[in-house]
Amino acid sequence: MNADFRPALVLRHDAVGVLSAMRGVFARDLRVAFRQRQDLLNPLLFFVMVVTLFPLGVSPEVSFLREAGAGILWVAALLSVLLSLDHLFRHDFDDGTLEQLVLQPQPLFLLVLAKTMAHWVLTGLPLVILTPVLGVMVHLDGNSIGVLCLTLLIGTPVLSLIGSIGAALTLGLRSAGVLLSLLIIPLYIPVLIFGTGTVASAAEGAPVGAYLALMGAFLVLALTLAPFASAAALRISLSNG
Amino acid sequence: MAFDSLSAFWVMEGHGPYVWSCYAAFFLLMIGLMVWSWRRRNAVIEACRRGIELKSGQQTQQAATASAASFTRVKVSQD
Amino acid sequence: MWQFFHKLGSPKWFFGIAARLMPWLLAGGILLLVAGIVWGLAFAPKDYLQGNSYRIIFIHVPTAFLAQSVYVMMAVAAVVTLVWRMKLADVFVKSVAPVGLVLTFLSLFTGAVWGKPTWGTWWVWDARLTSMLILLFLYGGVIALDRAINDEKSAARAVSVLVLVGVVNIPIIQYSVEWWNTLHQPSTFKLTEKPSMPAEMWVPLLLSVLGMYLLFGWLACLRMQTEILLREQRTRWVKDYVLAGRG
Repeated sequence: MNADFRPALVLRHDAVGVLSAMRGVFARDLRVAFRQRQDLLNPLLFFVMVVTLFPLGVSPEVSFLREAGAGILWVAALLSVLLSLDHLFRHDFDDGTLEQLVLQPQPLFLLVLAKTMAHWVLTGLPLVILTPVLGVMVHLDGNSIGVLCLTLLIGTPVLSLIGSIGAALTLGLRSAGVLLSLLIIPLYIPVLIFGTGTVASAAEGAPVGAYLALMGAFLVLALTLAPFASAAALRISLSNG
Repeated sequence: MAFDSLSAFWVMEGHGPYVWSCYAAFFLLMIGLMVWSWRRRNAVIEACRRGIELKSGQQTQQAATASAASFTRVKVSQD
Repeated sequence: MWQFFHKLGSPKWFFGIAARLMPWLLAGGILLLVAGIVWGLAFAPKDYLQGNSYRIIFIHVPTAFLAQSVYVMMAVAAVVTLVWRMKLADVFVKSVAPVGLVLTFLSLFTGAVWGKPTWGTWWVWDARLTSMLILLFLYGGVIALDRAINDEKSAARAVSVLVLVGVVNIPIIQYSVEWWNTLHQPSTFKLTEKPSMPAEMWVPLLLSVLGMYLLFGWLACLRMQTEILLREQRTRWVKDYVLAGRG
């Protein structure tokens, strides 16, 4: 299979509506990703490996893993989303698709939103699906695993959205990967705190509705603000080159 | 005065090391930052001045050679 | 009004104003800070709960206060950079970020040292300490991004976007006390309430906070002047200024 072949973005006509343009961007990103399956698998492998390091590096005791399991899974998920962010705009930047995207008549932030959602479907969602298996491996009980999956389901789109800002800002820079992590990790901390806090309170048998609502608020905030910031950052990075 | 003697002020009932290390770090970093910023500005001014002088020196030199050249290039009628 | 606004955008005009303001800022800042600190260290009464270790407050609160408000000022300047493309605003963000980093570090350091006699440990993962640590990371990110982009204009705008994104963090810092409600005592100053400390304690504190503001103003002017000189070194007025300075 020719990995270099990348479907072109065909949205040139002014008559294309905003929604169908977004759908086009979304579908194209999925198609591109499925042609380069290794890129899809890498963050997942990374996720599993990081989780494996903790029992090996700290302690395989059931009591420790049960206590720390949710945090381990969250940190691992956060890191693997971070790892995959570099690819969010990089290929499109290199082959000029991004310039085309900016020139579309549709508002750029909506197209960026579509791209970010595609990124989440390709990285965040598989992580959530994989979580129950790893949850069992770190001895979480059924209820905790359920809540953990729920928090990751709400939290990983936030990670993708915030991350898209960093990816757009560091586009085309030397050592972009490390810089991206430096910029983005501080912004991830509140999500991490509430994500693991929710599971911890679920493990104590406390109600988690309020926590989930707060995480939902994060998601809404990120959904409304992050695409604007990423779109602005993309324009800046493209004018830089 | 909240303290009876200078040594009491220094010891602060056992809390002296904490208090004084904080103040030491504060003054060290703040004065360091201020001096560094001040010196950096002066260094930039100095660098600008050197650049300008170098350039104007070159210009006068160029002007000198140019005038010299123009002097030799003056056409004296050969007849 | 608009004329003032345009003047404010002129680096040359700012350079002159800053040069005239700076001696006052420096003198006032040192005077207030020294007065506040001497008063606080030697004359303010001992705290009946924490003993003398509370005297760290006279530098801890000013640095923490400034660390947060410098970030807010940077956010305002970032908006100005993005909307009006005003050169000075971006000079401000670039010059002031390292100062903010140092202030944040100092507030964390003094907080940690204060924590040892008060809480019995150097560090607690309490909401306010943690969010100050995040603020330190944010400053670090701003400086790193600025250094990484070579093009001056892109750097200014990219940094502005980053600062604005980070400013979402400031309310989290402010309200984190209520959210997590842990070991850390509530804010010392509240705008709406009278401070709960006696006047002999909060007046020197206020003095040192004001002194820090003035000193920060001096530092900001100085560092902005440096940046302006670097950027405008090919202009007529910088040449005149530099050559006159030799005089």
